[in-house]
Amino acid sequence: MLARPGHATLLRLLSVRRLIEVCLGSFRLGWTARLVPIMVLLAGWELAARLIGSRLFPPASTVMAALRHEAVSGSLAHNLGITLARVACAFTVAMVLGTALGVAMGRWRWVDRALDSLVTGLLNLPALVGIVLIYVWFGLSEATAIASVALNKLPSTAVTVREGARALDQGLIDMAHSFRMGRGAVLRHVVLPQLYPYLFGAARSGLALIWKIVLVAELLGRSDGVGFQIQVYFQLFDVTGILAYTLAFIVVVQVIEWLVLQPLERRANQWR
Amino acid sequence: MAGAAAVGAAGQPVAVMLDVNVAQKQVAARNGPRTVIADLRFTLERDEIVALVGPSGCGKTTLLRVIGGLDTHFDGRIAWADGVTPRIGTVFQEPRLLPWRTVRQNIALVHPPDPAAAEALLELLGLAPYGDLYPPALSLGMARRAAIARAFAVQPALLLLDEPFVSLDPAMAEQGRTVLATAWRTRQCAALLVTHDLAEAMSLADRILLLSAGPARVVREIVVPEGSRRRGIAEGARVAAAFT
Repeated sequence: MLARPGHATLLRLLSVRRLIEVCLGSFRLGWTARLVPIMVLLAGWELAARLIGSRLFPPASTVMAALRHEAVSGSLAHNLGITLARVACAFTVAMVLGTALGVAMGRWRWVDRALDSLVTGLLNLPALVGIVLIYVWFGLSEATAIASVALNKLPSTAVTVREGARALDQGLIDMAHSFRMGRGAVLRHVVLPQLYPYLFGAARSGLALIWKIVLVAELLGRSDGVGFQIQVYFQLFDVTGILAYTLAFIVVVQVIEWLVLQPLERRANQWR
Repeated sequence: MAGAAAVGAAGQPVAVMLDVNVAQKQVAARNGPRTVIADLRFTLERDEIVALVGPSGCGKTTLLRVIGGLDTHFDGRIAWADGVTPRIGTVFQEPRLLPWRTVRQNIALVHPPDPAAAEALLELLGLAPYGDLYPPALSLGMARRAAIARAFAVQPALLLLDEPFVSLDPAMAEQGRTVLATAWRTRQCAALLVTHDLAEAMSLADRILLLSAGPARVVREIVVPEGSRRRGIAEGARVAAAFT
């Protein structure tokens, strides 16, 4: 007697769920679910800009046209390409050195003690100060631009990876030693898999940070790249140009997230 | 009883593979260093299975770490026959399989000298259907079995077993012991088995060393009667009862 109403409710709930599932079926195809909000955003932007009708807030279609123009002239590819190359270099330097530093600080207490305040200091150094000082001391060049950006990301990578290195499972490392696994094998099969979550965290936040700081470094000391272009448009008060480059930039970052970071992360987490 | 039957290393020096002499081993504790092993001596012969039995926390695990070379900070000497550390296979208290590698990959990673034999071992221990699973998908009993397979896969001259069946229910533990005995029959090697369960020790070992609690030292030696060796836990418990 008591079980029956409960059973019926459960069935009804199940069928409602089923209905929602069928309705949302198309959304379950990941790409649709991702693209719809973007479309809505673009449409809202277009509508709002047309209603306001100001030169300082151009509609989406105008920005797209500007983007097409830049793409056809080849300057979009050039500027995006050079910025992308700088991001890649700074990212690689910051990740490799930051990871090495983080592992050393996490594993050896004396390294941690010696470098802790330095890393905390660097972590809190405003990006602008680091860039300006490196430019002043070492000159305006590609290398100093990349170094100044990497310097901004390095301490946060080190701090994140240090947490991972502290949390390493000593039992598994002992196991590896007892079976006389070589250094390389221990690193590859025992240590790195434990650090992956921390490395992905550092990579994701690092990419976001480096994108932003590379533009500042370009604005201050380079004569090409997205940062330089935005400075030019700023001086001309050309909001359309600024938005066109911003848009291109956002698309590239999203594509990297979808095509590189997420598949890599999925592969690393396969065993879970 | 035990004294008379004690295996005299001096009498047959050829058969001795390991001579353990730990004068003192300290570990860091909250209130200064604590001595966990003091004046502990014994020898192990080739293909001999010796169980180290003592209360929890008496330093048995530390002793295995010292013998396995994972801990080198102690006073004393671990002397191997020929002066060379032989190939050692270790089964830790927790299975310690790499969770991001399948059972097969876990075994391949310890470089078994004969991969085909390692595969046969999976078959022998009933692990073949689970070889491509990741360890988190295994039950504790299965994971323990995989850890035993891994230790045997290196074709060790000495097996170090640290409470390999602790926290398994009695049926699973007995199954584990059967698996171990089966593997042993096909691949002879010496073994040091740490356990707090005298019946388990009786059912698996040739000789038993009873250790005192903190600091650990050998207080008694029991040779398991030839006819009662590896006859299952019931026989082990019967023999154990006779000795206590």
